[in-house]
Amino acid sequence: MGRLPTSGFQKSLYIGCTARSHERPDNYAVTSRRRRRTNAHITLNVYSQVKRTKKRNSIVPLGTTLHRNRRRDRNSSGNSETGSVMLRELVAHLRENRTQLREEWARRITAGALLTAMSKEEIFSETTSVYDNYIEVLETGSVEALQAYARSLSERIIPRGVETHEVVGIVLLLRDVLGRSLFKKYQNDVDLMNRVLDAYEPAANRVANTVAVSFVQERERVIRQQQEAIRELSTPVLQVRERLLILPIIGMIDSQRARQLTEQLLRGIRKNRAKVVVVDITGVPTIDSVVANHLVQTVEASRLMGASVIITGLSSEIAQTLVTIGVNLSKMNAVGDLQGGIEEAERLLGLPSELAKVATQETKA
Amino acid sequence: MHVPVLKQGDYLIASVQAALTDADLLQLRDDLADRVGQFRSRGVIIDVTVLDVIDSFATRTLRAVAHMLKLRGAETVIVGIQPDVAFAMVQLGLTLEGVGTALDLEEGLAYLDRLAKRNRNHGTRSTN
Repeated sequence: MGRLPTSGFQKSLYIGCTARSHERPDNYAVTSRRRRRTNAHITLNVYSQVKRTKKRNSIVPLGTTLHRNRRRDRNSSGNSETGSVMLRELVAHLRENRTQLREEWARRITAGALLTAMSKEEIFSETTSVYDNYIEVLETGSVEALQAYARSLSERIIPRGVETHEVVGIVLLLRDVLGRSLFKKYQNDVDLMNRVLDAYEPAANRVANTVAVSFVQERERVIRQQQEAIRELSTPVLQVRERLLILPIIGMIDSQRARQLTEQLLRGIRKNRAKVVVVDITGVPTIDSVVANHLVQTVEASRLMGASVIITGLSSEIAQTLVTIGVNLSKMNAVGDLQGGIEEAERLLGLPSELAKVATQETKA
Repeated sequence: MHVPVLKQGDYLIASVQAALTDADLLQLRDDLADRVGQFRSRGVIIDVTVLDVIDSFATRTLRAVAHMLKLRGAETVIVGIQPDVAFAMVQLGLTLEGVGTALDLEEGLAYLDRLAKRNRNHGTRSTN
């Protein structure tokens, strides 16, 4: 158990360690008692610290541990311990230079013509939040807050046409800006810089990864929602007035859509307490006999629910189909166009139609 | 499950409370025929809102009830057929020809009122 085999595991080890040590005052790191006895167990113990909070842990000054680690050997566990110190230093550095780095970042975003859909002020406020979230992730190793923020950000900017490459681009820019600032700071000490980068790179990658994944997930959610909306909209059931529904059908009807249509119509009748439904099929070029039969069945089923159906806008081809399959026409109430259908519906509902009103006005005059 | 039959003015309301066996349906038919004579009802509402299934026997019985009651001077209206049930019935070819249908109890009462009014108008016109 001296070394952990996979880098993925090591990464979680690494993150776990930083998450834990962050909760402690600066110069202390938490180690278990076993850890002090032998170096071979360090990896395991550092990793399990996160889980083993109940076990009594002792606190040792961090400097001592570091020193001993470096002297004995330089395996990954030593690096991870060093990493947490480095990270803390790193975070402090980034906090100090917050304004300057953020401005540099915003400038690079503008220069790179990214986020063109957003105004300067918006970019400023969003970059501030991203920057703070970024540092928080570096500091705590926990990406949950960032994930939530990235989702809400995506929710806001996706409708405005911000592309994936822009979002990934700005995060990578920030990574670049911060990286450069670190280079500048540690350029005189290559060894130290290496260690800083060891601490910085994995966390930065994780941040970039999280933001990109959140953005794409949000985008997929929006797409799913829209697909659902299109499915719903393909057979809208509209209430024109009390007790009167209109079902305008546009486009080809296959048996799947016909079934959905029937279902929506029958539910619509129940929900709106409709007495008359006008089904307008002006927008349907042609139907096959299965769908025609289905249409007739829908009319029948509506009658069983106490609503009469008026079909309008039958094209000559559809009329031909209906006659060919021998539909019982006495049950079908068909009217030429939608206007006629609504007038007929108003008559059935006992409402004075516009025509009738005009007629009575004329007779009065 | 026995179906309670309530009197409401000129109308009778048979409100089905649970799934019905064939025997229950026949019982309902006989009950309604008796009550219509007893109360001199002008209309009957059969509320089937709770039924998830209306099979061919039920359809035939309901149609028979409607025709029978018509001969005894009452109109029948079936109310509360659920969307799924309605479509299933139509697919099986059970369409309750010649029987009035309405969305719910309220609509059923309105339907009977309308019929009664029409009959009255018709009556006065014929005497003229």
